[in-house]
Amino acid sequence: MTYIPHSPQERDEMLATVGVNHLEDLFNVVPVKYRFPELDLPPALTEMEAATELVEISLGNENIQTELVSFLGAGAYHHYIPAAVGHILQRGEFYTAYTPYQPEISQGTLQAIFEYQSVIAALTGMEVSNASHYDGATAVAEAVNMVYAQFRGKRKKIVLSPGIHPQYRETLRTYVQDLDVELVGDGSKADLDAGPDQLGSLIDDNTALLIVQYPDFFGRIYDYTGLIEMAHAKGALVCVAVNPTALGLFKTPGEMGADIVVGEAQPLGIPLSFGGPYLGLFATRKQYLHKMAGRLVGETVDNRGQRAYVLTLTAREQHIKRERATSNICTNQGLLTLAATVYLSLLGKKGFRQVAELCYHKAHYAAVQISKVKGYSLCFDTPFFHEFSVCCPKPVAEINAHLLEHGFLGGFDLGKDYPTLRDHMLLAVTEMNTKDEIDALVEVLKEVAHD
Amino acid sequence: MNIPANLRYSKTDEWFDPKTGKVGLTDYAQSQLSDIVFVEIIINKGEDVEAGKQVASVESVKAAADSYSPVAGKVTEVNEDLSSNPEILNKDPYGAGWMAKIEAGEAAGLMDSAAYIKYCEERTH
Repeated sequence: MTYIPHSPQERDEMLATVGVNHLEDLFNVVPVKYRFPELDLPPALTEMEAATELVEISLGNENIQTELVSFLGAGAYHHYIPAAVGHILQRGEFYTAYTPYQPEISQGTLQAIFEYQSVIAALTGMEVSNASHYDGATAVAEAVNMVYAQFRGKRKKIVLSPGIHPQYRETLRTYVQDLDVELVGDGSKADLDAGPDQLGSLIDDNTALLIVQYPDFFGRIYDYTGLIEMAHAKGALVCVAVNPTALGLFKTPGEMGADIVVGEAQPLGIPLSFGGPYLGLFATRKQYLHKMAGRLVGETVDNRGQRAYVLTLTAREQHIKRERATSNICTNQGLLTLAATVYLSLLGKKGFRQVAELCYHKAHYAAVQISKVKGYSLCFDTPFFHEFSVCCPKPVAEINAHLLEHGFLGGFDLGKDYPTLRDHMLLAVTEMNTKDEIDALVEVLKEVAHD
Repeated sequence: MNIPANLRYSKTDEWFDPKTGKVGLTDYAQSQLSDIVFVEIIINKGEDVEAGKQVASVESVKAAADSYSPVAGKVTEVNEDLSSNPEILNKDPYGAGWMAKIEAGEAAGLMDSAAYIKYCEERTH
C-alpha cells in the first residue's frame, strides 16, 4: 500500500491542467545548481552508532542543572519546576500539543485550557485570556494586530518603549512589515533614563497603541497608571508586556488600567530549553474579545445539564472569518499552557508570591554586593524586580569569558542592542541562586576588575 | 420566512425601509447565519455611504458575514443596542434589529418583496 494517494494517471492530469510536462518543471524557478545538489554525507550509521554519537555530541553542552550557575535572564528565567509538572505533562491523555479538530471530544484538554485562561486573567488583572500564543514576542505582535483591527486601520501609530525586549520589537517589525503602521519611540536615540512618562509626548490622535514592558528589559518596575491615563485621553489603547513572576508581588497591569496584557510565560514551569518552545500569554478586556486572536475555551452546560467545555466565539477566527480575521493564528501552545497551569496550581497564591519575593530579595542582595565592588555600579536607580543593569569596568564579553571559567553563566551584554550601554551587563537572580553562589560571583567580578 | 411587503431588498440580503430610511438584515439572512453573537456597526453617524459599502460585521456561532448598505446616502443614526444585544437581530430583524438609518434618495436597483421571495426560494432549492 502506498502512502501517496495519487495515481500516476492523476498526477499526469494535474500536470496537464497546470500546463507542464514533468514534475521537475515545477522547480524551474530554483537555480539549477541548487536543484538537486550532491550532498557530501558520511555513510549511514546503525541506530546504536547514531545513539552513541549523539550522546558524545551532547556531552559538549554545559547545563545549568549540574554544571553552570546562571545569572543570565534577559527574557528567559531559570526557576525551579516541581516534578509533578513534568509528570502530568507526559500523561498520554495530554501529551499531544494539538487541540483536536473536533475539540469538544477532548474535555480534559479544554478544561486545562479553561483553567489556564482563568489563572492568566487573575494574574494579570484582566477579564479574558486566550488559549495562548507561541511566545512573548509573537503575543506582542498579536496585540498590534488586534488594535489595528479594533481601529479598522484608521489609527496608524504604535508607540514602543525602548524598554521592551529587543527581540520582541524585532519580531513585531517582522509581523507588521506589510501592515500600514508606523512604529516609533524605541530609536537608538531614545533616552533610557527618562522613565515612561516621556513616551506620553509621542501619543497623539493617530496613535492606536502604546506598548510598555513590566518589569522592563532592564528589570525596572514602573507604575504606568499615569502614562496609561495619558494614552487613554488621546483615545489610544495600552498593552503591557509582563514577566508573570513579577505579578506575584507587584500591582497588576489591570489595576493600572491596561487594555491588553501580553508576556512570556516561560517562567511558569517551562524549562529554558535553548530558547523554546515557550508560551505567549495574552489577556484583554471583555470589550475587545471579538478582536482578540487565538482560540478561546468557554464553560457551558450540555443537554443533560452537566458542566462542559467548548471552543467558543470561533467565528472571529481565521478558519471562518478568513482574510477579515484579526490574525492568521488559530492555534496555541497546548502542552505548555498545561505546564503553566499545573505550576501555578501547585504553588498556589502564597507559594507563587514566595517565589517572587525570593527572586526580589536575592537580586537586591546581589545588586548591593556587586555595587560595592570597585569598578562596578548599578546603571539605574529605579526600583527593580529580579534583574538589574550593571556598569562594568571591562567589556562584557571579556567578563563573561572569565565567569565561564569559574562555572558561571554571566549576564546579558546590553551593548549589542543598546549602543549607549556598552560595557553594561544585565544580571538576573532567581530563587535558584544561593547566597553562596552570589558571593562567589561577586568574588570573580572583583578578580576580573583587578586583572 | 417573514418578508414584509413594505420593504425593499438587496441581493446581499439587506432590507431598506423607504419610509423611515432604516436598513437591516433580512429574516432569511439571520436564519441562515443562526445564533448571532456579535455585531459591529462600522459606519458612523454623519458619514456618507455608497450603496454596497460595508456597514457591519456580523458573527454567529457558525459563520461570519459582512453586511452592506442597500442604498447611498447620509447615515443619520446607528443602532447602538446591537453591539450589546446582538441576539435581537435574530429575534426581530425588521424591528429592534435595525442597523442604521440612512437618508437616501432613490432606492433604485432593489427588489420588492415578491422578487426577494423568489430570490430566496431559488437559493434554498
